[in-house]
Amino acid sequence: MDGNRFSPPSAEIAIEFADVSFRHPNGPLALDGFSLAIERGETLALVGRSGTGKTTVLKLINRLLPTQSGVVRVEGRATSEWNPIKLRRRIGYVLQEVGLFPHMTIGRNVAVVPRLEGWPEDRVRARVDELLNLVGLDPKTYADRYPRELSGGQRQRVGVARALAVDPPILLMDEPFGALDPLTRAEMRREFQRIQSQVRKTVVCVTHDMGEAFSLGTKVGVLAEGKLAACDTPAEIIRSNNPEVKIFIDSLPKLGSGEWGMGSGG
Amino acid sequence: MRLIEFWLNNSGEFLDAIFRHLALVVASTGIAVAAGVPLGVISYRNPRVGAPLVGIANVVQTIPSLAMFGFLIPMPLIGGIGAQAAVIALILYALLPVIRTTASGLKSIDPSAREAGLAMGMTGRELLYQVELPLARTAILAGVRVATVVGVGTATIAAAIGAGGLGEYIFRGVASVDSVVILAGAIPAAALALAADLTLTWLEQWFAPDRANGGKLRVGAVATAAAAALLLVIGGLIWSERSGGRVVIGSKDFTEQVILGELLAQTIERSTKINVQRKFNLGDTLVCETAMRAGDLDLYVEYTGTALTAIFKQPVMLDSAEVNRRVDAGYAATGRVMLPPLGFNNTYVILTRGNEARKLGLKTISDAAKYSPDWRAGFGSAFLDREDGYRGLVQTYGLKFRETPLAMSLSLTYLALAEKKVDLISGDATNGLIAKLDLYPLEDDRRYFPPYHAVPVIRSETLNRHPELRAVLGRLAGKISDQEMRRMNYEADVERRDARLVVKDFLDRHPEINQK
Repeated sequence: MDGNRFSPPSAEIAIEFADVSFRHPNGPLALDGFSLAIERGETLALVGRSGTGKTTVLKLINRLLPTQSGVVRVEGRATSEWNPIKLRRRIGYVLQEVGLFPHMTIGRNVAVVPRLEGWPEDRVRARVDELLNLVGLDPKTYADRYPRELSGGQRQRVGVARALAVDPPILLMDEPFGALDPLTRAEMRREFQRIQSQVRKTVVCVTHDMGEAFSLGTKVGVLAEGKLAACDTPAEIIRSNNPEVKIFIDSLPKLGSGEWGMGSGG
Repeated sequence: MRLIEFWLNNSGEFLDAIFRHLALVVASTGIAVAAGVPLGVISYRNPRVGAPLVGIANVVQTIPSLAMFGFLIPMPLIGGIGAQAAVIALILYALLPVIRTTASGLKSIDPSAREAGLAMGMTGRELLYQVELPLARTAILAGVRVATVVGVGTATIAAAIGAGGLGEYIFRGVASVDSVVILAGAIPAAALALAADLTLTWLEQWFAPDRANGGKLRVGAVATAAAAALLLVIGGLIWSERSGGRVVIGSKDFTEQVILGELLAQTIERSTKINVQRKFNLGDTLVCETAMRAGDLDLYVEYTGTALTAIFKQPVMLDSAEVNRRVDAGYAATGRVMLPPLGFNNTYVILTRGNEARKLGLKTISDAAKYSPDWRAGFGSAFLDREDGYRGLVQTYGLKFRETPLAMSLSLTYLALAEKKVDLISGDATNGLIAKLDLYPLEDDRRYFPPYHAVPVIRSETLNRHPELRAVLGRLAGKISDQEMRRMNYEADVERRDARLVVKDFLDRHPEINQK
């Protein structure tokens, strides 16, 4: 249950949930006494069946949803004490549907937050080029195109670039590769690992795919019935006897083949 | 073609009418967009405010336009007659489509775009300007397009309250039963509506959210240009409406009234330096009366019998001198002055087709009462309502009709009778169409109809400002006999001469009226 059991005491906690419960209006209890701590620089992959509150966890972090009971802390401060605008600008967010603005070019999409932050125009332009290069899209070719002119995988890369625009310390990803075909998906995972090795963000990534969780996460958390059933390194999770965890592990095609569990080594 | 000839002969006036029409539509649609888009945003953000807002706008939309203009006439500040009241009414009509499409355009935005904006730390305002409004742009423009096209059509009705525009031709044409004049207004109005539709459709495509050149700057530039144009147009309308030192002369919506309005106007213009503004074709007696009480109208010609019953709500009277005395007192008590009668008595006549009268040997209304149970009758709505109108008539003569009489526009009744849509109407004794359409005036053998002497009525305040008007208009006293009036009506209605020329000829023949 306690994700920090093996962490060195000096490690900084970037995000922390303490006994958080959440009920959607007229809906069932999405989170029920949920607790979690994520260290700085960690990539936590949260898995769980559909409707287990994975997205709710993300939206509580950037306060798209208000805390109802318990405390959510980001960088040591309860989110309720943050100015929500300031909080969100420190947190990159990649949505499953990407959510690129269809009326803006790729360049302007990536530049949204730097411009909101009032960066000078030449710095914005330099940053857009840098980010598009980082996600493997040539700025000369792509900066002036519109989202509809790009493939799904390319759009997802733009989504990542946009989320990283002002170099936020935290990155939230909601089923980031869910809408892609299996090949593109595998490619995007490798790309993500490459980017993360350069930027070293604290990442919370939600997925319903155990394979994806094992390949991306330095830690894997399993959500069941509104609680964190387990949260540990992939190697420890595989050995878990927790029945909820075992269901997920059993869903993996083959274990120990080397493709899984080595995400941090990417 | 007579139509093209008409446009060429009246090109100055015609272009002015087009300009005024456009100005009315641009001003009202512009203001409606400026107010409706924010209201649409509010109703989208806050459904509790939005639902009643759309509800109210919906109710407004269902008010027939003529009734709307009628409501506005007595309203202080926003109402009255002329361009201002017309613009107010047109704004009210344009608001609903703008509010509704703005709100529904915002509602239909892909939620993931909105969520992305929020998650990126946009404030509500940033989200609105950078994401929501740009994405709803096409929908909003569609609303603007609908509002504009509807506005072009509704603005034709604005002529009924003296706002000018292409509707004036339509009303004038209906009044003189001249389809060429109707078309002279209706065709360009339809063309304007189509042109507005095409232009705005093109703009919609130009501003489609993901069009390469639909940039932010361009929208800003267009919005600025539009705002500047709007200010110019509104300024122009206000300028053209400024009535400082002017005397506003009105008329009801039939030919004789326009001729009489023109007569007052030209008489004043020939003898004084006073600026005259013509607001003709104002609809019925009550429109003129309300406008006059509101101070929007200074001077027009009324008929004593009409004033007595319709304005001062007194019982019908047959004695001319007594009617004059009472009407004079009624106007004096309400801040107006009744000037000496012009001479003719435009009383009601009951008309049938000449053919029928000759065939059946009809001479009097009493003769007609024998046949009327097989007939249909059509009357102006005022005649149906008035004390001295329909009800008294049927009692006096024991008239019965096949069905309840139709209420129709006074000027259409003549044509309806000639076309055998009805068999008996009430008309004006001096109407030029009587001879043209071969209609037969039945004698009022039981002396039912009271006197209707034409008298200029002027606001006391205006008379105090321009005391010379009493003498100038006094020179018209007794100058126009029944015959003279019928002749002028005939010239205008049948020979289709411009009322201005008819009056000019008359005044030229009577130099004693315009001595300096």
